[in-house]
Amino acid sequence: MSEDKAIRTGTHVITGNDAMVEGAIAAGCRFFAGYPITPQNEVPEMFSVRLPEVGGNFIQMEDEIGSIAAVVGASLAGAKAMTSTSGPGFSLMQEYISQAAQSEIPLVVGNVQRTGPGSGIVSVPHHGDVMQARYGGNGDYEIIAVAPASAQESFDLTVEAFNLAEKWRTPVIILSDAMLGHCREKVVIQSAEEFKKNIIERKIGPRKGFKPFTYEENGELIVPPPLQLGTHAFPFWLPSVSHNEFGIPILDTVPKGSFKMVKRLCDKIIKNEEKITMTESYYLDDADVAVIAYGLPARTGLRAVREAREQGIKAGLLRLKTIWPFAQTAIEKVAESVKSIVVPEINMGQLFIEIDRVAAKKGVSAHLVIQISKLHEPHEILSKIKEVA
Amino acid sequence: MSISMLAGAERPDHPLSRYASTMHIFCAGCGYGAIAQAVTRVYAERKLDKMKYVFFTGIGCHSALPTLLPGYTVMTLHGRLPAVVTGAKLANPELKPICFCGDGDLLAIGTNHFVHACRRNLDMVLILLHNNVYGMTGGQAAPTTPTEYKGTTAPYGYLEKPFDGCELAIASGATFVSRWTSAHIKQFMNTLNKAIDHRGLSFIEVVTTCPTYFGRKNKMPEPIDLFRWIRDSAVSIKKAEGMSEEELEGKFLVGEFQKTDRPDLNTIYKEIIKRAQGD
Ligand SMILES: Cc1ncc(C[n+]2csc(CCOP(=O)(O)OP(=O)(O)O)c2C)c(N)n1
Ligand code: SF4
Ligand SMILES: [Mg+2]
Repeated sequence: MSEDKAIRTGTHVITGNDAMVEGAIAAGCRFFAGYPITPQNEVPEMFSVRLPEVGGNFIQMEDEIGSIAAVVGASLAGAKAMTSTSGPGFSLMQEYISQAAQSEIPLVVGNVQRTGPGSGIVSVPHHGDVMQARYGGNGDYEIIAVAPASAQESFDLTVEAFNLAEKWRTPVIILSDAMLGHCREKVVIQSAEEFKKNIIERKIGPRKGFKPFTYEENGELIVPPPLQLGTHAFPFWLPSVSHNEFGIPILDTVPKGSFKMVKRLCDKIIKNEEKITMTESYYLDDADVAVIAYGLPARTGLRAVREAREQGIKAGLLRLKTIWPFAQTAIEKVAESVKSIVVPEINMGQLFIEIDRVAAKKGVSAHLVIQISKLHEPHEILSKIKEVA
Repeated sequence: MSISMLAGAERPDHPLSRYASTMHIFCAGCGYGAIAQAVTRVYAERKLDKMKYVFFTGIGCHSALPTLLPGYTVMTLHGRLPAVVTGAKLANPELKPICFCGDGDLLAIGTNHFVHACRRNLDMVLILLHNNVYGMTGGQAAPTTPTEYKGTTAPYGYLEKPFDGCELAIASGATFVSRWTSAHIKQFMNTLNKAIDHRGLSFIEVVTTCPTYFGRKNKMPEPIDLFRWIRDSAVSIKKAEGMSEEELEGKFLVGEFQKTDRPDLNTIYKEIIKRAQGD
């Protein structure tokens, strides 16, 4: 398998969907299982071309339930693995996303979002799955979700998604959308040598003192390397039922054990929020109004902020490259220094619930700018900035 | 069944003494213990490599088999086993999974994954534990409950036509298909040996006892009643040839139905890589 085939160094003009595939393969993804659904079809199509070229496997499964299950199997057997889908398929995947979070199985799920509810409109953007990404599965657990805002970022954040999955042993969701997936933009890919410095490779746990799951040591949570079937780095039994840090099922007579497991899984992500989250700030130093956005609305928001500045309004932007875990620390910091916050979302206000909670705590007003099934016009965000400045 | 015995679980050293401190956890008279013992014997006799011959289970009473099995086990989600194994086999072709599914598991919630695994000729041994009911959830009717028999969700008798797992496997493309019962352990072990050597999907249905639910609901409360019912309902393929349709009413066939060869999923995917790389 030649490295130059996996890492396509150079400057390309490609769609967000294709960039996601290139990012995954460059990051070491060697298994993809999926099922056709618009607007993500180009992702499996491109994987079917690219994976065999680098010695990997692409398989079209019988449905999305089977797709995510196959990804779980591949990850357990040692491959970096991914699936992708859109709204209805994402709902079908929740069963195994919840299980993968509980069994601490690293994997990546691309969700090229379309309008919902139900079958919705298949090829227009909508960020309706923000809450589903975090709360879609049964039980209490935390996952990581990234939100690219350009084709370049569809590449970069997919690479990052694989790194985060390996590091924190968790499913990582990429929340793209129909517009981003289909829009063709410039994507620059570094030389393989440079690129590989930033890749977290799959590791195998030690033979001696092997610990299958996240455990606590001196008050700190340690995330051991992922399980690998066919090696010593596997518990004698990987139960899908609740289990302690050694993989022994928790009996219903000791609910305390279950509490410990859930807490461990949630703390692993939430307590490391500052290490996991990625944000970008624009003009926030002296801002009175902060726009907080993710994905494509962040680009529209940036234009609105610049226009506001031209008109003498001190506006700034906090762009969230990760949606989950919620960037509590970064958003609190912004809320401490501005008078009001504007949140443009392509949904009825999903992340707004969280942002508003932080704003209220800091005594700042937060304002939602809704769009459904289409991107905002810059003036829609600008007029809200002017209204609340 | 109860799972209170699991607390003493430890990592395997010797193939036959995984649980120095525990015993099995199935109800008295459950056929699962005998099946696990048979599999364990074959595993030990052949000195199978634990890194290669890994176990998978679905969800049901059979999920508790790892307390007896001699190798590493993955417990999947209800019905999803064939799909999980598809990913595992493609990621690591060296694995030879030995899998256990319940009849609710494989023939109801997991049917879609099952028929596609057969179609793909996925290289694994797939053992269907046919106990006529959903054991774990309390004896509800399963797609294998014989017509007119009772379950906790079929108080007036189950009137639907049951699935024949072997026919379904053959129609879907499985390359080695057989049926035995927990009253035919020797024959089962013999077929299991062949299945382990077969490259492709080896499907072995084992009709087995659930005295706690199926037996109790159908006037066969003693394990021995159910054992006899299974033994007497089983007719070998050869014997059946000389029997009329009326004589075969309420019986089922046991034996090896099909053994053919065609490329398994891994072989096909190797070919795709070859084509993509232009070799
Ligand atoms: C998605 C899902 N639905 C339902 C269940 C509940 N459930 C657990 S075991 C089981 C039935 C098991 O029956 P079978 O597969 O025949 O196995 P047995 O207990 O007889 O071994 C069901 C329905 C579940 N675990 N997951
Ligand atoms: S309920 Fe039935 S299948 Fe389950 S352990 Fe008891 S006898 Fe066996
Ligand atoms: Mg059953």
